Amino acid sequence: MLSLVNGPQTNGNGRGFWLAFLAVLTMALIYPVFADSYDVGNFSYFLIWIFMALGLSLIWGYGGMLTFGQTFFFGIAGYGYGVLAIIMGGGTATIAALILSVFVAAFAAAVLGYFMIWGRISGMFFGIVTLAATLSLAFFLGQTAGPEWHIGGARLNGFNGMKGMDPLTVGEVYIEGTILYYVLIALILVTYLGLRMLVNSRIGNVIVAIREDPQRAEMLGYDVRKYQLLTFCIGSGLAGLSGALYTSWGQFITPSSIGLPAAAMPIIWVAFSGRSDLTATLVGSFLLLFGFQTITIYSQQAALVLMGALLLATVMMMPQGFIVGIAQAVGRRWQQLSGRKRSGNGSLQSGES
Amino acid sequence: MLSELFSLFYQFADVFAFLVLASAGLAIVFGMMGVINMAHGEFIMCGAYVTVGLVNLGVPLPVAQIVAAITAGLIGILIEILVVRRFYKRPLDSLLATWGLSLIVTQGMLIVVGSSIRGIGTPEGSFAVGDYTFSTYRMILFACALAVLVGIYVLFMRTRFGIIARATMQNAGMAQALGARTGRIYAVSFGIGAGLAGLCGALYAPTMTLIPTMGATFIVESFVTVVVGGANVLLGTAPAAMLLALVRMSLNASYGQIIGQIGMLFAVIAIIRILPEGFSSILARRGR
Repeated sequence: MLSLVNGPQTNGNGRGFWLAFLAVLTMALIYPVFADSYDVGNFSYFLIWIFMALGLSLIWGYGGMLTFGQTFFFGIAGYGYGVLAIIMGGGTATIAALILSVFVAAFAAAVLGYFMIWGRISGMFFGIVTLAATLSLAFFLGQTAGPEWHIGGARLNGFNGMKGMDPLTVGEVYIEGTILYYVLIALILVTYLGLRMLVNSRIGNVIVAIREDPQRAEMLGYDVRKYQLLTFCIGSGLAGLSGALYTSWGQFITPSSIGLPAAAMPIIWVAFSGRSDLTATLVGSFLLLFGFQTITIYSQQAALVLMGALLLATVMMMPQGFIVGIAQAVGRRWQQLSGRKRSGNGSLQSGES
Repeated sequence: MLSELFSLFYQFADVFAFLVLASAGLAIVFGMMGVINMAHGEFIMCGAYVTVGLVNLGVPLPVAQIVAAITAGLIGILIEILVVRRFYKRPLDSLLATWGLSLIVTQGMLIVVGSSIRGIGTPEGSFAVGDYTFSTYRMILFACALAVLVGIYVLFMRTRFGIIARATMQNAGMAQALGARTGRIYAVSFGIGAGLAGLCGALYAPTMTLIPTMGATFIVESFVTVVVGGANVLLGTAPAAMLLALVRMSLNASYGQIIGQIGMLFAVIAIIRILPEGFSSILARRGR
């Protein structure tokens, strides 16, 4: 079972990769010891979005469904967490609110996905229908300013957004600061390894086969629609996890984190990084979030112009993504170098056992 | 009685005009090249800004609107040559490329012109039917929407360009072998699409607040109309707009704008479940 973390659907299966992985993980784990708490908080903020990016990589890169709806599910779970945390009261119930809100997002994905996938919507239309749903949700939440828009004691508050919910709490302990950082690292580790196992498993191979040629996969006897729906629900659920964590992190959420330009952000991270690989998505998204935040301090508009330019540059120059492209070039060079020393026996085969 | 009926018609015409004007350009580009132009809203914004800018300089409104549509069309041709042209073989990437453009343009405009500029009021003028009064400008918009539909029909069915364009749409390789310059046809079609988007912005400029992100208010409607309409602009767009306008009008009247929009979206999701290729698929089948 665990051996599935290595396999044909993921780059980086050799011992060198896992050593580097452990090194990065160790650095991430000791980072709070050296950094001040403000920087740790900032880091946590970047990590929150990683789930959404990984989910998009699964749906788009592995499943071949170009969804523009990541922020739709982000918003559903984000608002869902807010409403549930307020209704159920703070304390340990917030953990239940987190889990429930992610399930609500995944359920919404199942409903929307059912209509689209069973309606044989694919390609570009998949993108624009999900985007239409996303923008409509943002417009809807934007006009819920009046007091009549409330669920239980939770006011939706229109453009100003929801606030007043508790952050994630266990007993008396708020999951904030350094604790939140470690929780996020653990969640990302589980998600990342879990997704690697998923895509290298039998199910993952079918998902990739459907991306390559849906008709052929159908002829081979797979119910393409079920696999696509499963992919869509998992990936969208991960976007929901990002949303719920985001609301908990800042104790607020606004419609602007759903609509434009927010909806374009996950697409840009994943396209730039290389949608077809989870590791590239993880690394690239983190780098972009970091860079974006650095520029946003000076001008948010300039940062967004740059993101747009990055997206344009990616599709024009390196459609498979910059991180994947660079990694592949480095990998080829590495194999050339090591191939001279010991012929054959490439490290890529280790996943086959 | 008559005035109530006319009131219903007026509301229908208002939504119908919005859907047709917002989606015609997008539909032409999609129908011809199979590309969804994510920067469609920015061409609309461009048309609106040029109109308001010219009117503030003292140019009469109708002239400003025509100039704005032409400007958007020319920019469209330029964008086609510089960017979109490379992506006809990779339609999904064209979506991303034009979305990148859209981000650059909206956020760039926010930096350059700021969040809003001085608008121009809706042209005065109203007429009464029975006890109700109606805005004349809204009826002009309806007339423009009909004119756009007729214009597209005439252009594609009655002109030499239209014949070559339809040939290109059916089989680009064959058309090229017969001497059609498909590259130029594509550029011109994209220009027409952008120009129609600009026209939409120009026509709605007097009725709304101008902000660089205003394109977003149009694109949901234009997307869903194109999705429901399907690939054939000539057959699909008008009935799709008609159906969606009916849904939207009845919901607007009883529950307000936002429920109208959401209801329309639900209707679209239900329609694509039944008619995945949109209206043009059934109409085209019948026509054969």
